[in-house]
Amino acid sequence: MIELRVNGEAKSVDVAPDMPLLWVLRDVLHLTGTKFGCGIAQCGACTVHIDGKPVRSCQLAVGALGNRAITTIEKIGETPAGARVQKAWLDLEVIQCGYCQSGQIMSAAALLNSVPHPDDADIDAAMSGNICRCGTYVRIRAAIKRAAAEHA
Amino acid sequence: MLDARTSRRTVLGGLGATVFVAGFHVPRAGAAGVADMEPNAFIRIDAQGFITLTMPQVEMGQGTYTSISMILAEELDAAWDHVKVEHAPPDETHYANPAFGVQATGNSNSIRAFWLPLRKAGAGTRAVLVEAAARGWKVPAAECRTENSQVVHDKSGRRVAYGDLVARAAAMPVPTDAPLKDPKQFKLIGRSLRRLDTPVKTDGTAVYGIDALPPGVKFAALMQSPVLGGKVAHVDDAAAKKIKGVRQIVVLDDLVAVVGDHMWAAKSGLEALDVAWNDGANAEISTADIWARLRKASERDGAVAKTVGDARKALGEGDVYTQTYEVPLLAHAPMEPLNCTVHVRPDGAEAWIGSQVLARVQRAVAKAAGLSVETVVVHNHLLGGGFGRRLEPDMAFVAARIAKQVDGPVKVVWTREEDIRHDVYRPAYHDLLSAKLSRDGRIVGWKHKTAGSSILARWLPPAFRNGVDGDGVDGAADVPYDIDNLRVEFVREEPPGVNTGFWRGVGPNNNVFAIESFIDELAHRARIDPVAFRRAHLGKTPRLKAALDLVAAKSNWGSALPPRAGRGVAVQVAFASFIATVIEAEVDEAGEVLLRRIDTAVDTGTIVNPDTVMAQLQGGLIFGLTAALYGEITVEKGRVQQSNFHDYRMLRMDQVPPINVHLIRNGEPPGGIGETGTTASMPALRNAIYAATGVALRRMPIDRTLIAGARR
Repeated sequence: MIELRVNGEAKSVDVAPDMPLLWVLRDVLHLTGTKFGCGIAQCGACTVHIDGKPVRSCQLAVGALGNRAITTIEKIGETPAGARVQKAWLDLEVIQCGYCQSGQIMSAAALLNSVPHPDDADIDAAMSGNICRCGTYVRIRAAIKRAAAEHA
Repeated sequence: MLDARTSRRTVLGGLGATVFVAGFHVPRAGAAGVADMEPNAFIRIDAQGFITLTMPQVEMGQGTYTSISMILAEELDAAWDHVKVEHAPPDETHYANPAFGVQATGNSNSIRAFWLPLRKAGAGTRAVLVEAAARGWKVPAAECRTENSQVVHDKSGRRVAYGDLVARAAAMPVPTDAPLKDPKQFKLIGRSLRRLDTPVKTDGTAVYGIDALPPGVKFAALMQSPVLGGKVAHVDDAAAKKIKGVRQIVVLDDLVAVVGDHMWAAKSGLEALDVAWNDGANAEISTADIWARLRKASERDGAVAKTVGDARKALGEGDVYTQTYEVPLLAHAPMEPLNCTVHVRPDGAEAWIGSQVLARVQRAVAKAAGLSVETVVVHNHLLGGGFGRRLEPDMAFVAARIAKQVDGPVKVVWTREEDIRHDVYRPAYHDLLSAKLSRDGRIVGWKHKTAGSSILARWLPPAFRNGVDGDGVDGAADVPYDIDNLRVEFVREEPPGVNTGFWRGVGPNNNVFAIESFIDELAHRARIDPVAFRRAHLGKTPRLKAALDLVAAKSNWGSALPPRAGRGVAVQVAFASFIATVIEAEVDEAGEVLLRRIDTAVDTGTIVNPDTVMAQLQGGLIFGLTAALYGEITVEKGRVQQSNFHDYRMLRMDQVPPINVHLIRNGEPPGGIGETGTTASMPALRNAIYAATGVALRRMPIDRTLIAGARR
């Protein structure tokens, strides 16, 4: 059994230690908000936070996590940056199909945690690992700035 | 909010029936035991006043659930915060798209096709509610009006909520000729209302097909022959069976699937299999062969799609300019990989999927499982992108064949590699254009021959007529320019071994790219500015001319730019919308393209939700730019060479410039919008590169070796 700390709760899962966190979240714990997009850390749809930092969960073996804090899209709204990002996403109507947006929101929230007032270069650096096939990038950029502006 | 109620025609309960609520207002409790009012296939009103709208078109990001709801609620005078929406079940009797005659969402026609049917449905329902109130009050119906889900009788100062009229109105006949609103009275249509589907997409609670988790579900990954069309020869599964969590190996004639407790077990099991394949007839096919055949086919006379005047005579003498343009095979690569969950039982089946063609999915599952269609229940879901890929039911057919071998429900998920290597690809097209200019720079003769696969011949056979694929010549047969002598032909040539299907922008993508590239070259030959040249030929298309004028002004057309930067313009009438686009781009010494700015002017007639129109243009442009900069599927020895986002690249955040969408408002009937930006972006970027470098690119995607070091 592997012990994990997911969204503040202790979870015990009977899986191999090399199993990527993505599939543990989705198929074992049924936290389906974290998405499978490519399986090779090229698209960012599976982004979660490990101790507040954005990580591609499709490449992260659960056996290496120990007691580190895993936060997913289902609970990112309980963090100040996550809540601001979610609100800005709705205020600017960023989302289209939405499939990549869990990952986009996780990357954006992590950016605001490390850089409260990001400029365009910061946004490019933090967000270029997240593909959006619907092409919502223009609004993602605007929404990150909106969310940052609401941070006093 | 989840509402697992029973639909009138099929069980929609369970995980597939996510229902969104427009607002959080809860109407007061109505009388218990009162049956819902169901005046038509789209509207259901309960005694509490909740109005549930069943969506005849599917939500894949284009915002149609919100726009459809706005149209129904407008004519119904429904309180927007009482509105809930639900996915439609497979049902071609009630939910067929009027433009296709089948239950399908595509060709950017949801609003065009359903504009009047939905308005009539809303108006008829409103009329019944008014009649019910008037009878109750014993007043003439003509003295009553409606607002905010209430019928109002101003003379007596009375008002009654729709919910309280349900018991009486449910039994009354619904008029089919109720008057529609004068557009001046619209309260919802024309406003940028918040989308109904986005709140659940911010917190992980949205349910896509890939998120379906029926009780006891197992997970399957599959592998098809690396050579297109190959068959399984031999499977050694000894190592795979030893992997923790692997439950079953399913071997069919053309694929192998591993079923496990989770996708990791399934994927690991698949990798541990030793599979030998019979490559079959396609083992020597390459993209070079496909192009050679297509170019050869283009030498044939095509089936005539359109003639005006006498193009042969007009082009028969003097200086005729001829060029060819080509666009490649493309994969769709929606962010949600293909998937379908199926439970096959002896007496029926159940499927969970996000699809653009629900009734075809139902039939595909029935066929695969050997069951009658009516025993198959299909739960539709939000789609993690469609782009035409989910206009095919093949993934449901494959999943059901696997599920037939499995006890209990199984979720079959394509890896990204399987998704890209076994797509139903956008066809390659080869276009031959010829034109003659008069001395004053007018087009006096025009011939356009499009050669490529016919998707319609397979997908909607009645639409393939006399050798012409109506989609294949869409945007070409109806070229917007004033040309007195014109001939448009279509040559059907199917690529060996490769399945072809619709891809966002469909036929106009190819035709508008070819035409607008060619027009720029004609303008250059005439020594006339590209905007002025187009403008001089748009006498018969004033809406497009107005869009062109607007975008020229907004984009600062003609103002100075840095060296190696240029502006390109493209205009189009496609999906019944009139759009002019200017892209400003720079080409560096290595041939890399930097996007600087995009302006697009859009006349799509009556606009239901302006913000949605802007979002679709922004996203559609980026979708097309991805194709222009990177998109190409190639085949070598029968194998698709691309597999994932490292070699089938997508535009990313750091490459996207400001995009300014300029809406033109008028009262014309609504046009289509979801695919228009994609069609616009490829020729506009190509023409920007032409302006920046002087290099006339004639193939997509952009070949950087041709523009490296080039300067105007």
